[in-house]
Amino acid sequence: MKRRNLLASAAMGLLLASGASFAQGMDKVKACFVYVGPIGDGGWTYQHHQGALDVQKTFGDKVEIQYQESVPEGADAERVLTQMALGGCNIIFTTSFGYMDATNAVAAKFPDVKFEHATGFKRDSDNVSTYNARFYEGRAVQGHIAGKMTKSNKIGYIASFPIPEVIMGINSYYLHAKKANPAVELSVVWAFTWFDPAKEADAAKALIDQGVDVIAAHTDSTAPLAEAAKTEGVIGFGQASDMAAYADGPRVSSIIDNWGPYYVKRVGALLDGTYAQADAWEGIAGGEVLIGDITDKVPADVKAEAEALRDSIAAGTYHPFTGPINKQDGSPWLAEGATAPDGDLLGMNFYVEGIVGDIPQ
Amino acid sequence: MDFGGINPVILIATLMASAVPILMAALGEAVVERAGVLNLGVEGMMIIGALGGFIVAVETGSPVLGFVGGAVAGALLSLIFALLTQVFLANQVATGLALTLFGLGVSSLGGQGYNGIKPPSTTQLLPDALADLPVVGPILFGHDWMVYFSILMTAVLWWVLKSTRIGLIIRAVGESHEAAHALGYKVNRIRLMCIAFGGAMAGMGGAYVSLARVPQWVDGITAGAGWIALAIVVFASWKPWRVLIGAYLFGGITVLQLNLQVAGSAIPVEYLSMAPYLITILVLVIMSAGRKANGAPAALGQNFHASR
Repeated sequence: MKRRNLLASAAMGLLLASGASFAQGMDKVKACFVYVGPIGDGGWTYQHHQGALDVQKTFGDKVEIQYQESVPEGADAERVLTQMALGGCNIIFTTSFGYMDATNAVAAKFPDVKFEHATGFKRDSDNVSTYNARFYEGRAVQGHIAGKMTKSNKIGYIASFPIPEVIMGINSYYLHAKKANPAVELSVVWAFTWFDPAKEADAAKALIDQGVDVIAAHTDSTAPLAEAAKTEGVIGFGQASDMAAYADGPRVSSIIDNWGPYYVKRVGALLDGTYAQADAWEGIAGGEVLIGDITDKVPADVKAEAEALRDSIAAGTYHPFTGPINKQDGSPWLAEGATAPDGDLLGMNFYVEGIVGDIPQ
Repeated sequence: MDFGGINPVILIATLMASAVPILMAALGEAVVERAGVLNLGVEGMMIIGALGGFIVAVETGSPVLGFVGGAVAGALLSLIFALLTQVFLANQVATGLALTLFGLGVSSLGGQGYNGIKPPSTTQLLPDALADLPVVGPILFGHDWMVYFSILMTAVLWWVLKSTRIGLIIRAVGESHEAAHALGYKVNRIRLMCIAFGGAMAGMGGAYVSLARVPQWVDGITAGAGWIALAIVVFASWKPWRVLIGAYLFGGITVLQLNLQVAGSAIPVEYLSMAPYLITILVLVIMSAGRKANGAPAALGQNFHASR
């Protein structure tokens, strides 16, 4: 009996101590990152890792960084997360949509550890926050360039998985390409992978073989650009990272995910005790989405239009999803002048009118 | 000549190139397994070959030397496997799996600093005049030399395994190492050479991914091709020409399903995505069904020590 009391009061004490330490901020934070690919992928995971390095640079020895690469989405993720939580991580960033259930399951077991899930929407317990970037804003700029630049009037999109994030990107890309060039046709290829350079290259090749001359990718590697480089006249965009190595070849612009500011803000909040659950969704305006340099391959007037589009999105005067927009089946979605509510975007499971093909369910 | 928006000539030409990595790795593994060794480290050897080939090609500026470098890198890694299983008699399955994990890790480490660099390009072997011929041009003459080399290797291995003394010795070692030993053959030495050959082939296959197929270095670039190669060896009943059919089927349907998606096919994408795996296995199983003696080499996976 006595011992049980002792244990209980010890546990109580620990809880109180940790609760108090959160309120007052912390002296040292261990920030942990779970990556879906290798940090050398040159795209998605690379950019998250750059964000992690920014945190380290900003806070120096007040922060300890730990990360694990190429963690499969699913049961393995839960194991990795549990290990990190047990290993003294104070805040854990899970950087892929597929970690959603694992993040929430583990978070429920470790109420003192903060969890931050990228691109997700589930926040089952108080210690889970979600964060995302408005990539569709960047897709709008890409779409405009694509519509203006295509000579065959066929543009392509290498899609990864049929989740709202990707569908949003496809719709935004198509809408703005169509606006720039009414004759444009979009082909979507589902690769069902985030990272498989050979398959991404094959997908790009299939698009090129079918006459597509502008390729956007929603997968993580630079392989589609490398494939595009083999055929004269085909252009593409850097995805997630700038991919500037292809700037003298097919890459005419890029969408850059810039996670550093958000990571620094969140870890900083944990250090000074102002941390609170959040649902962050910043875009070009917040600096989370950057548009990479538009190269000289793009004519000056198109470049100016694209930059004006970017600036109007950043200033908040233009929303990429502004009505009238119909769904693929012709039913109305947004009325004239209406902009898409965030809820619609985050649950997006339909193509807009004009896109051919079905979304895999 | 289009079927549903897909040009079969371009399709065939594309699949021949996209099947090369799997074909090379699977041919090498077929020889290794014929000698009675089960090396599950194909994926590891491929990725080491991809990195080794990439580094050599970038540093020397010669893609051909790059492929040689890939072969050497793959062979060196396979020698670790050979040392552990043939000298120290470690369990082959466990060692092979460890080799894959080791290869993936080492390549990730060694590849630091090689991201985003473009290797010298591997160009078409024959002059444009031939490659531009209608139909036969793209299929027969429009490839880089590795495509021809992989087909040549299929023919050579078929001939060596079937009709030469070396092939007979390799098969003897794989079927009954005791008997081969009694005849005076150095079982472990022969196996070691087969393992190194398999490593070199896997390394070249990997180098084809990083030098020609993708061409660049990124971590984890082979993305599981080694496992497909392993499966194809088994389903192809350890026969070189069937390995070629398996690799082409797999590569072909992978390319076809992507093309079908682009062409707006009515078949749901999920079915298209699983088609390469399903059809390859089905065809190879049907091919090997109903015939006798399609079994694995009798001594596959067993270590040998000349103490008895």
